[in-house]
Amino acid sequence: MAKNQPRIIVVGGGLAGLAASVRIAEAGLPVDLFSMVPVKRSHSVCAQGGINACNEVARQQGYSEWLHMDETLYGGDFLNHQPPVYEMTHWAPKIIDLMDRMGVPFNRTSEGQRDLRMFGGSLFKRTHFAGATTGQQLLYALDEQTRRYETQGKINKYEFWEFLWPVIDPDTERCVGIVAQDMRSMQVRSFRADAVVMATGGCGVVFGKSTMSVICTGGAASRCYQAGAWLGNPEFVQVHPTAIPGEDKCRLMSESARGEGGRVWVPAVKKDGKWHPHPDAGKHPNQIPQSERWYILEEKYPKYGNLVPRDIATREIFFICQQGFGVGGGRMVYLDVSHLPEQTKHKLDGILEIYEKFTGDNPRQVPMKIFPAVHYSMGGLYTVYTPKPDGKGMVHGDPNNMMTNVTGLYAFGEVNYQYHGATRLGANALLNCIFDGLYCGLGVANYVRDHIKGTRAVDLPPTAFDKAQQQEENKIKRLIESDGQSNPYELHQRLGDEMTDSCTVVREESRMRQAYDVLRELKAQYKNVRLSDTGMWTNQNLSFTRALGDMLIYAEALLAASILRKESRGSHYRPDYPERDDAKFHKTTIAKYDAANDQPILEYEPVPSPLVEPRARTYGKVETGEANATDQQKQPAAAR
Amino acid sequence: MSSETNKNRTIRFKIKRQDAPDSPSYWDEFDAPCPPGANVISCLLWIAANPTTTTGRQATPVAWDCNCLEEVCGACTMVINGRARQSCSALIDELQKEDPVVTLEPMSKFPVVRDLVVDRSRIFNALTKVKAWVPVDGMHAMGPGPTETPQQQETRYALSRCMSCGCCLEACPQYLIDNEFIGAHAISQARYFNAHATGASLAGNRLDALEGPGGITDCGNAQNCVKVCPKEIPLTESIADIGRQTTVHAIEKFFTGK
Repeated sequence: MAKNQPRIIVVGGGLAGLAASVRIAEAGLPVDLFSMVPVKRSHSVCAQGGINACNEVARQQGYSEWLHMDETLYGGDFLNHQPPVYEMTHWAPKIIDLMDRMGVPFNRTSEGQRDLRMFGGSLFKRTHFAGATTGQQLLYALDEQTRRYETQGKINKYEFWEFLWPVIDPDTERCVGIVAQDMRSMQVRSFRADAVVMATGGCGVVFGKSTMSVICTGGAASRCYQAGAWLGNPEFVQVHPTAIPGEDKCRLMSESARGEGGRVWVPAVKKDGKWHPHPDAGKHPNQIPQSERWYILEEKYPKYGNLVPRDIATREIFFICQQGFGVGGGRMVYLDVSHLPEQTKHKLDGILEIYEKFTGDNPRQVPMKIFPAVHYSMGGLYTVYTPKPDGKGMVHGDPNNMMTNVTGLYAFGEVNYQYHGATRLGANALLNCIFDGLYCGLGVANYVRDHIKGTRAVDLPPTAFDKAQQQEENKIKRLIESDGQSNPYELHQRLGDEMTDSCTVVREESRMRQAYDVLRELKAQYKNVRLSDTGMWTNQNLSFTRALGDMLIYAEALLAASILRKESRGSHYRPDYPERDDAKFHKTTIAKYDAANDQPILEYEPVPSPLVEPRARTYGKVETGEANATDQQKQPAAAR
Repeated sequence: MSSETNKNRTIRFKIKRQDAPDSPSYWDEFDAPCPPGANVISCLLWIAANPTTTTGRQATPVAWDCNCLEEVCGACTMVINGRARQSCSALIDELQKEDPVVTLEPMSKFPVVRDLVVDRSRIFNALTKVKAWVPVDGMHAMGPGPTETPQQQETRYALSRCMSCGCCLEACPQYLIDNEFIGAHAISQARYFNAHATGASLAGNRLDALEGPGGITDCGNAQNCVKVCPKEIPLTESIADIGRQTTVHAIEKFFTGK
């Protein structure tokens, strides 16, 4: 290989990272792919329900890529930028075709065509699926292609390596590599690259328990933020309506359960035209007659029923429990698939097995007990793009597409704040990840080939690399040598509890301010943290504790942005400001890290609407009669 | 379901540990509180935060691999009470029916990295050997893939759920830490890709790889693999099917000289 051959680093081996790697490798540039886990074990495997795309059947019923875009914008409460959403939804059918050719076992109709299912936020069947493990199947297909490219020498994997810091050239201010650590030998070293793609996923672990995987700490995004990359809309976090609360995590119960006909209900009795909590709400659900089951979503949203967007379903479930309608009076409602035909249940085997394994109850016979849990980060690293002059999409192959404010540093997939605005529609995440990788990957290759001004990373003097490496080694030394008293796991538990209680379903200003104070206190205690393992071989204690410091910094931006956004929009619900306020807040939040004072600086940038004017987001809600059993308590929290 | 009476119980964990690949192994015991619904992971998390052994020694936290905690990533496989399985779906209530003490060991068929963490790169290398991929023309849209019947999809879907966790290999008497046997998972993946219209173009290469040393003839037909697979993949069917395919392939090669 020529000495000055450009290289590209991709950090993260989920759908976005793998799609980017194969796309860039195919464009003829070598890729170094970094991941904390073997890429086949990335968090994308947890996605269950499906992937959205306009298809011929839906098209003949009046659906189109334009409508898919419109649904995505309406779902996102118009906080999403329209050209990237236009581009993504118009590429979606191509992406399905490609994944189909790779052998993804999409469910089939009797004629052998790809089958479709209903999903939230749409009145059309436009979700492609492989059982109830679609994310796993899509990831495996890209994992296989990555392995194929690896044998051809086009991709070089660094598994069990943790990203620590982006290296930024002080002269040109471009990203020219990373510092990473081997999680086994604990060796720290710098790697040079002409572009770096961050595909590092969401930040659910900031909330303690969520539906996310253990590595989804937001640590990588936080490190980029501390190095000068901006965050976009960090306050937007999706709380999924249906999860199984657990001791170690909340397990997702896919929206596909409702897409296939699953119904949400609570035990209740109707008197004088009003629903009242059931006098025997702990009764076995199969003994509760139909007349004593209140199908809350179907009654309140006759048009969308159980398939309203997630933030809406989450709030309805949350408030109904606060009003005393929960199962046994507690914080659970029923999600019922027991009435579905066997053939339909079979399509949901993947998730019904999970429920049965973890609760011991068979959901084919007994309604599932579920509650909302933190699930997805709409916000993340702030990125830009080059729109077409008419706003219909992006300029194909433009090096700007999904670049952060740091030249040469890109953000793809969940860590990219684009596409979903204030709420993500179900089955749009897999699409967004693959789209970023395949579509924007070309822009990365073009940037590296044609747009770099100055010296290639490989020919730069070692100063910036050595400095960044030294900084990370010092950080490790400080943690290892710290002899304070704070237990990192206890600090994390407090962080998670505080964030979940203050900043999930309901966001009350006074409660968030209280959490902000706690956060500052936790940050002070973090300076006094003590490791229980100070060795330098596979030290997971060190990796976790370091990530905790980064989580605290990310959480502060998230909380500050939530406090300052004095409106309600999508997943961000403020009881003190219950309406959407377009005049003041039809804007992207940009968080910049003020390193000198260790705090976020927040700015706002208007969101243009070149294609669709924002409209009220009601999903056809009608008023229903219900008696408030108790006053709505101020106890805003998801499952924890 | 868990019983209410066990709310404040404490469970003893006996954990086989090893500080580094070339260090000797030893056992540590910990007592961890186990609320109803607890699994091995939630207890290991508690132990990580409170690593004091039953003898009062301040130990280092136990190292183990995990990620999704929903039994779809395959990371957290270890030997629990003598059987390889995922520690996320190993519920304490269920384990209590087997033994009051929970014993955790690293898988024995892979080199130990530290404590319960093992090096499973051999699993992924095996996927490369059988060319476990569909050789698509590239990452561009070129129309849909081949159609298939719902029955074909069902067969392939069952095979596609292999998460490379290693349970089938740990249970296999023929798969040893220092031999060459490729293992049931890879044989099953060869069947998966041979069953795809485009994937079948590499069928000959896959069968060649499985005919040689460490290939399908090393299978001793113990059938342990299919019993321990957490995803209930029909591994023995795959082995039988690939057995037939290699035979036919060998005869074809004999007569065509290719």
